[in-house]
Amino acid sequence: MDNVFADRFRREDFLPQPGEYGGDFVKRVFQRKDMLFALAALVLFAGVALFAPLLSPYDPNAIDLKNKNLGPSEGHLLGTDYLGRDLLSRILIGARISLSIAFGVVLISLFVGIAAGCAAGYYGGLVDESVSRVIDIFLSFPGVIFALTIVGVLGSGVFNLMLALSIVQWARYARLMRGQVLTLKKQEFVLSAVTSGAGDFHIIRRHIVPNAIAPLLVLATIDLGHVILSIATLSFLGIGLPADIPEWGAMLSAGKEFMRTAPHQTIFPGLAITFVVVIFSILGDGIRDILDPHHEGGEMY
Amino acid sequence: MRYFLKRLGFMALTVFAACALTFFLMNVIPGGTAELILKHTFVGLEESATEEQLNQISSRYNLDDPLYLQFFRWVKAAIAGEGIGTSYVFRKPVLYLLALRLPATIQLAGASMAIAVLAGVSLGIYSALRENRISDHILRVATLFGVSMPCFWVALLLILVFSLKLKLVPVAGYGSLENLFLPAVALSLHSMAAVMRVTRTSMLETLGQEYIRFAKAKGLPLRKIISRHALKNAMLPVVTVIGFQMGNLLGGTIEIEKIFAWPGIGSLLVDSISARDLPVVQGCVLAIVSMFLFVNFLIDMLYTRLDPRIRYG
Repeated sequence: MDNVFADRFRREDFLPQPGEYGGDFVKRVFQRKDMLFALAALVLFAGVALFAPLLSPYDPNAIDLKNKNLGPSEGHLLGTDYLGRDLLSRILIGARISLSIAFGVVLISLFVGIAAGCAAGYYGGLVDESVSRVIDIFLSFPGVIFALTIVGVLGSGVFNLMLALSIVQWARYARLMRGQVLTLKKQEFVLSAVTSGAGDFHIIRRHIVPNAIAPLLVLATIDLGHVILSIATLSFLGIGLPADIPEWGAMLSAGKEFMRTAPHQTIFPGLAITFVVVIFSILGDGIRDILDPHHEGGEMY
Repeated sequence: MRYFLKRLGFMALTVFAACALTFFLMNVIPGGTAELILKHTFVGLEESATEEQLNQISSRYNLDDPLYLQFFRWVKAAIAGEGIGTSYVFRKPVLYLLALRLPATIQLAGASMAIAVLAGVSLGIYSALRENRISDHILRVATLFGVSMPCFWVALLLILVFSLKLKLVPVAGYGSLENLFLPAVALSLHSMAAVMRVTRTSMLETLGQEYIRFAKAKGLPLRKIISRHALKNAMLPVVTVIGFQMGNLLGGTIEIEKIFAWPGIGSLLVDSISARDLPVVQGCVLAIVSMFLFVNFLIDMLYTRLDPRIRYG
């Protein structure tokens, strides 16, 4: 990974010696307090997601009708839901679900986007023309609506949700990758690889992808937050995941029926979503500021 | 002129592609449509339906034809202005249902966009003028949260505070201004934060330009510098973001309409998806995509007005 960032820095800052810059990226991250904070929070959050079954005080699906709709107390730190299930345990398990689906979606879109972007940028001509048109079409209508329609028609479930969100997300990676490839294609090291007779696949894999990937990783970081929001939105509408899976959006949706008497069921899952998305926003902005110092960090998308 | 023709052509292509995608996706599960229609027509009798009845329905709605032929027929009817299908549930033309729901969605999205732009731009300017002071930092943290909070959660919190605790506005409903207040505010928050952020950055950049320094040196009051010189030049990226945000906003209307029982296209879409009322789903997607494209087209027009240096084709 170090070399990718180092290359980028060398181009940006015209600094001579290559060896040191991987460490420079890490150093710059540690110089920024907000990123340090976000990183710490992310590590904490990932740990929670990973060890959720060990950490959660109750079984997240254990129904206990005698103790339903309880407010926060010592027995149940965040209270219980309408079936008496412990809210804290469900939020902890929910972290794992949101995070793993979001990672899956981002990885799939990254992979598809890189493949499509490389094909379009590297081969050019008719391939480029047709792939670019498809990308334009996918980028030119609102994604949530499309994802909603796909999952709604295919039926809820983890696989369908990931499929729908990936179909919506891949085009942005593809467009970014295409642009990267177009600039890289003309650089000397690629030309020299071509003249020494390297195959297309070899050039793409060894020379183009490693040099083009940094901005895509920034996009992926910011996207993780967006995808988590989308998952919550779809589940909230009752379309994303089956009702028995403890997902934050679905918990909110169930909790809103009891808002008058037990508002904690609406407040806590929303706080969890906000917390995670804030972490990814800070990280994404920070990485972009470091990789691209000329960019003023203004636009969000 | 050539650019506009090209642009219109691309818009038509996008609408067509969106319709085709939804149409084929909705029909990936083959053979279910006849049962579906039967289920909605004779509630409770779907168990006793015979093979013959199913066939009758299939031939009446031409469901046995290959998909591309069905789609072709749908497109032909749509272009000829004969309507875009009939709802299985409401037994009414889809166009009629859309026309009934469209004003509510436009009202909600328009109000939210107005709030987002007004508040976003003014807060952004304020934040830029107080760069790195405390109020700037507070506003920047607020934008971070603004773009990160799910808008359905914001809506629920607003209901909790303003409707249930303070009892200032009704929980849900449609028609009067006080009904519009909560949904519009909840929906606008995300776009407001994004607009504010871009305004701040763009404003800071503009304020560093030489002509602003010259205006200052001339002794113009700050108010005049901002309104006459800086604002117009700083608006271009803001307009771009407004175009992007329109997609977010239209997506957001779905949740917000559902929460506030707002009779718009978003809630129609969700209900139709749950009821598997495929023609209506198709119609809603068509309507939302068209709205989104239309607004972005308008914004492109606006560019040339704002900055005469930009000329298309």
